[in-house]
Amino acid sequence: MSTSKSALSNIFGQLTFWRGVRAIVFFLIFWQIGSLLDDWTGYDLFGIGLVPPPTDVFTAFLEVIPKHGYWMSWVASFSRVLTGFLVAMLIGIPFGLMLAVNRYFRGVFFPPFEILRPIPPLAWVPASLIFWPTNEMSIAFVTFLGAFFTIVINVLGGARNIDISYLRAAQSMGASQFHLFWKIVLPGTLPSIFTGAAVGMGITWEVVLAAEMISGGGTQGGGGLGFFIWNSYMGGSLEQIVVGMISIGIAGYLSSSAIRKLGFVLMPWRRLF
Amino acid sequence: MSSSSKVKTGNTKTKAAPSDSALVTLDGVSKAYGEAWMSDEVLKDISIEFPAGELTVIVGPSGCGKSTLVNIMAGFETPDTGSVSVDGKPIQGPAKDRMVVFQETALIPWQTTLENVTFGPKMRGEKKGASLKKEAEDLLIKVGLGEFMNKYPIQLSGGMQRRAELARALINEPNVMIMDEPFRGLDAMSRSLMQEFFLQLFDENRKTNIFVTSEIDEAIFLADNLVILSNKPTRVQKVIKIDLPRPRNYKMLTSAKAFEYKREAMELLHDEAMKSFAVAK
Repeated sequence: MSTSKSALSNIFGQLTFWRGVRAIVFFLIFWQIGSLLDDWTGYDLFGIGLVPPPTDVFTAFLEVIPKHGYWMSWVASFSRVLTGFLVAMLIGIPFGLMLAVNRYFRGVFFPPFEILRPIPPLAWVPASLIFWPTNEMSIAFVTFLGAFFTIVINVLGGARNIDISYLRAAQSMGASQFHLFWKIVLPGTLPSIFTGAAVGMGITWEVVLAAEMISGGGTQGGGGLGFFIWNSYMGGSLEQIVVGMISIGIAGYLSSSAIRKLGFVLMPWRRLF
Repeated sequence: MSSSSKVKTGNTKTKAAPSDSALVTLDGVSKAYGEAWMSDEVLKDISIEFPAGELTVIVGPSGCGKSTLVNIMAGFETPDTGSVSVDGKPIQGPAKDRMVVFQETALIPWQTTLENVTFGPKMRGEKKGASLKKEAEDLLIKVGLGEFMNKYPIQLSGGMQRRAELARALINEPNVMIMDEPFRGLDAMSRSLMQEFFLQLFDENRKTNIFVTSEIDEAIFLADNLVILSNKPTRVQKVIKIDLPRPRNYKMLTSAKAFEYKREAMELLHDEAMKSFAVAK
């Protein structure tokens, strides 16, 4: 019975996989035609005439792949994102949980938090460039802010939405505060932690790219993918701009897949939905 | 009937209650919500005795504060006046001697059925390891969930979830079981199967059972004593002793005696339901 079920889900999985592949291929063909149509006839289809065709982008991609600097850009951006994101998780999860479970803590820290939250992370860039001693630290700080507020708000909301009957059931079975926290509140908040992490990760990528463009980065790929794009723009290479953009797309996809996988492992009861 | 008079529900010819079940007494319990100038009086001077080892069903119009009453008896909420005591001792918050089976399922979603059942004893450190696992497994087999021990609650049907919850309550060896509309939301067939199953369990262990419902048939089918509540502010209207033999079966519900109980209960409830209907308009 279980084999037929897994065979069925396999076929289903393959169907969705090939549907995805077809969609991407169709998109590339559309892009190629639109781009070539402009070259041959001068007709600008949906404004994509100016964009280099996928074949040119692919060639540019092949050119940068062996280059050390390109991969250093990946490493630089990824390490910034991970630093900011992990610090945001490490501070944001306990902070959100404290806001949720302790009335006094919430009374003191929630109002200033709510005033700081609407400030876009990029508005912090000038101040943090002045405040932090190095460029690297200010980028890390701004990336941290990007993820922090989202994570805290999700953790707080998730923890406060836990069904009270779980808490009551545990209490009537003799749960201490310790048990209530570790056995009910924390696992009950996990789904929201992962929602916050997924959204926060996306914001972190947005912020790190913009921060890299603004701060100008270093040399030899130390500037990250944001600087790679900016540099390509300054150098007038349209193909490389697109290469940089697609690289970010792939990087963001890899990050959010990692979060999804981790959620899948840590929350077995959610796989059944 | 004066609402402040003490209502006796006890059996006159008391059959020996087992030592592990307890007498629960509500004495003048009142509860209101909100500030004084706009307070919503939910319970008004409720006094009921739940005799040890008997099944007392509380029935009342919907929205009359039955769940508030459950929360107070369980110790989740404190009454404004009056007290709840078990064998004469006033209760201090929730405790494992009074287990609650909740309206919607309160099985913990991130624990498997087996983990849910072992949760209480494990947490209190009373029982552990293989012997606890064996006890939980036996209980789950008894409630017909032997095949589902390692499933998560979401994988169980509504009826299975209620049975898992019964097992989770019973493993804590409570003196009192408080059931807050436990079969609500089940389809008619599962519901009547659950009622029969529940009575079977009750006949076996004879704990003091407090069962809240809004279904009159269910109430009469299960009850030793039937407590009929009024509309908000909720008082005790009447206590009816249901003198049908045990073990019960569904044919008894069509007996003349059962009809008589039903007529009486319906008259009392209908008047109250009409009142709240009129208020709602």
